Amino acid sequence: MSVAAPVPKPVGPSLKVVYKSSTKPTWCPGCGDYGVVAGVERALQTLQVPPHEVVIVSGIGCSSNLPHFLSTYGFHSIHGRAIPVAEGIKLANHRLHVIVTGGDGDGYGIGLGHLIHAMRRNLDITYVVMNNEIYGLTTGQASPTSVMGHKTKSTPQGVIEEPVNPVALALSAGATYVARGFSGDVKLLSDLVAGGIQHKGFALVDVFSPCVTYNHLNTFDFFRQRVYRLDSAQHDPTDLQKAYQKAHEWGTKIPIGLFYRAEKPTYEDLEEALKEGPLVHQKAGIRGRTEILDEFV
Amino acid sequence: MKDIALRTGGAAGDGIATIGETFGRFFTRNGYHAFGHTGYQSVIRGGHVWFQARAGTDRVWSQGDGCDLLYALDKQTVDIHAPSLRQGGVLIYDPEKFSVPAEEIPHGVTPLEVPTLAIARKFSSNSILQSAAGMGAAAYVAGVPMETLQGLLTDSFRRKGEEVLAQNLGAAQGGYEHARAHGRVLDRALPPKGGSPKLFLSGNQAISLGAAAAGVKFLAQYPMTPASSIMHWMAAHARALHIVVKQAEDELAAINMAIGASHAGVRSMTATSGGGFSLMVEALGMAGMTETPLVVVESQRSGPSTGLPTKTEQGDLNLMLGAGQGEFPRAILAPGNVVEAFRLTRQAFDLAEAFQTPVLVASDLYLSEDMQSADREDFPLDFDPPSLFTVPEPPSGQNGYARYAITPSGVSPRAIPGQKGLNFIAGSDEHDEKGHLISDVLSGVPMWVEKRKQMMDKRMRKLDGIRAATSPPTVEGSPHPSLLIVGWGSTANPVRDAMRSLEEQGIPVGYLQIHQPWPLHAGRVGEILRAAPKVLLVEENYSGQLGRLIRAETGFEIPAKLLKYDGEPFYPWEIVQKVREVVGRVRSGAGS
Repeated sequence: MSVAAPVPKPVGPSLKVVYKSSTKPTWCPGCGDYGVVAGVERALQTLQVPPHEVVIVSGIGCSSNLPHFLSTYGFHSIHGRAIPVAEGIKLANHRLHVIVTGGDGDGYGIGLGHLIHAMRRNLDITYVVMNNEIYGLTTGQASPTSVMGHKTKSTPQGVIEEPVNPVALALSAGATYVARGFSGDVKLLSDLVAGGIQHKGFALVDVFSPCVTYNHLNTFDFFRQRVYRLDSAQHDPTDLQKAYQKAHEWGTKIPIGLFYRAEKPTYEDLEEALKEGPLVHQKAGIRGRTEILDEFV
Repeated sequence: MKDIALRTGGAAGDGIATIGETFGRFFTRNGYHAFGHTGYQSVIRGGHVWFQARAGTDRVWSQGDGCDLLYALDKQTVDIHAPSLRQGGVLIYDPEKFSVPAEEIPHGVTPLEVPTLAIARKFSSNSILQSAAGMGAAAYVAGVPMETLQGLLTDSFRRKGEEVLAQNLGAAQGGYEHARAHGRVLDRALPPKGGSPKLFLSGNQAISLGAAAAGVKFLAQYPMTPASSIMHWMAAHARALHIVVKQAEDELAAINMAIGASHAGVRSMTATSGGGFSLMVEALGMAGMTETPLVVVESQRSGPSTGLPTKTEQGDLNLMLGAGQGEFPRAILAPGNVVEAFRLTRQAFDLAEAFQTPVLVASDLYLSEDMQSADREDFPLDFDPPSLFTVPEPPSGQNGYARYAITPSGVSPRAIPGQKGLNFIAGSDEHDEKGHLISDVLSGVPMWVEKRKQMMDKRMRKLDGIRAATSPPTVEGSPHPSLLIVGWGSTANPVRDAMRSLEEQGIPVGYLQIHQPWPLHAGRVGEILRAAPKVLLVEENYSGQLGRLIRAETGFEIPAKLLKYDGEPFYPWEIVQKVREVVGRVRSGAGS
């Protein structure tokens, strides 16, 4: 069975829409995040979603500056809290396409608690994590995904704890779309992001996005020599057990692509208050409803 | 003024809150104002719970001093509360459950043994029915018509079916008849009054109602005493009111979700106590920086740290004033009773939206969980919140839309995601009018140094607007007082009862209640203080936090302080005693 990443279908009018903003990224030359912003932009182009119907939410870190470089709505929030901000936006107006972008420190360190809960809730949010296995903006400390033995400013003798495995974590937390991209493969990455946006439910797209300044271990070359595409390896993304096996492959061969996809009701589907459409379009207040006071008599 | 207080106590799980609320409604159903004070401990079963309902020929504002009827469901209740029984009081208990030696019954108090369990057994094997018999006896002793209790039981048990209702009505009648045969009606029983029944509700219910009236569409909250019952009321009504109630994984998520929902265009709030609010501090600053309207209810309890989770305090004013790194505009509103809780919560939403900044509603356990009466007219439901999404789109101007345009008021035209052509980035970093970062490659460059100052000035100007849009405080009580009491929040309740006692004793007192600690109307507050012959600060904390704020803002040092931080609310007699001391009219012995 050939199971590729889903081919995204355009959902908006076929216009040439500008998704790039006039703000130029301030990332280091060669930073992996350039590939990611290109991948997100290309996904939006493919889907032709009107920019004003997209909100990109981020936290803090080099990669969290991403919303400034696109022309959609954006919310550049505080460290580790992009997910709950995005959940609030989605619940207030679930017709918006809500995308969260950020780094491994932001998402798998300080913000990890929120991520697990967002995944089990299955809100229709797409989360793109630029995972460079290091803290860049604070000049090179170990991150939650730094591998054992990695020598950094905060771990001069090498890291002595196991890294977070984002894909395995997402599978166990109940994410319904779990993928991994590589900023060295923008085409695949944009397909994975577009697939995540189209997927009804929580999509995690973990992206190897090398830090060229502070991580001399997990470089572009490191990944180029190791990554292989799951769709070329006949992986069935509906098989959770196979997905778990693939999630634990690390070493000379590292899989990228779509690990797992499942159809489940979203949180918005199940939330009674949203049955009559987005909250922001609903009538507010209780004018004249004095019967509400009866319970206090 | 004649007042009467009915108290009940037992173990957690005995249904004490239900009995106590029923006692309160004995009065409110008959047109009297009432106050219901609850005391409980941080355990789910066992432990000691008590509730006191009080009413009077004139309006009562607090739990008062002492009680006239004590319905004890366990011996511990007698041990703890019998000494509070006033002369002429009655102690109700079931001798089948425990005995009370004669020497433990205070002088002037009459015991009334009621076989509540035996009465209950006539109707059901379920011993919970004993409380219906107890309430029946209490109704007779309190001089409350049996019809009042029948109405209350009918409203409570109708939905549980005819059989359960009949059992409760039967047991209540049994208790009432037993008391009529063996007991007597209290001298302090209130005469029939007539008039419409009053509402009887907690501060948290009033806050929730105020939020609903203001058009709240989104509440995110994490459970924490004494704020949790806001989430409970909202969740129970979420379906009917079309409100999303999200129990978050922690307070960090709760406030950030509320900020996200508000950013997307709905009126949003979160509620917590001091511990949870401590976690929310960073995001509060983000609401200020991104100019996102937000209402946060901070219901204080005894700190520091976990402190006394079920006891009251006003110890978080400093925290609320200073929460967040850097400086941003905020307002702090401090209701003292249920009517103010409704009004100020509604105002909090209006201010937050008008000035696009966070507004805190400062409550405390005493206000949030105790119950007070009110009239229906006190809760006007006459407001249509504006729909932000459908308002005309903000002007985009020649150079595109500037979300953070610098304006004289500091308030900029606000777009909502989904509106076409107004796309912008909200940023927690310092930014320019369009939301572009000036925190990285532009920081320190002279033109952007100036821009940073302009953006700070723009945001902070909102404080002037908030001050101008809100009313300065006024003094209540005697126009020519011999002493002015200053306080904030729920202490207003025992203060008002104390003021009446003092007036009866020939000591006229005024009360300056600070409903809006921030931004303080410092000019007016200073004038009032300087005109007063004597001033007494009354606060539920160790250091006199409001006093410190007033000194900082007005230069007026309040020399006399009555501070309490033992977890219990003020009792009117404590305030009476302190006022007499300060005005130099000390007399021996306490009591009102």
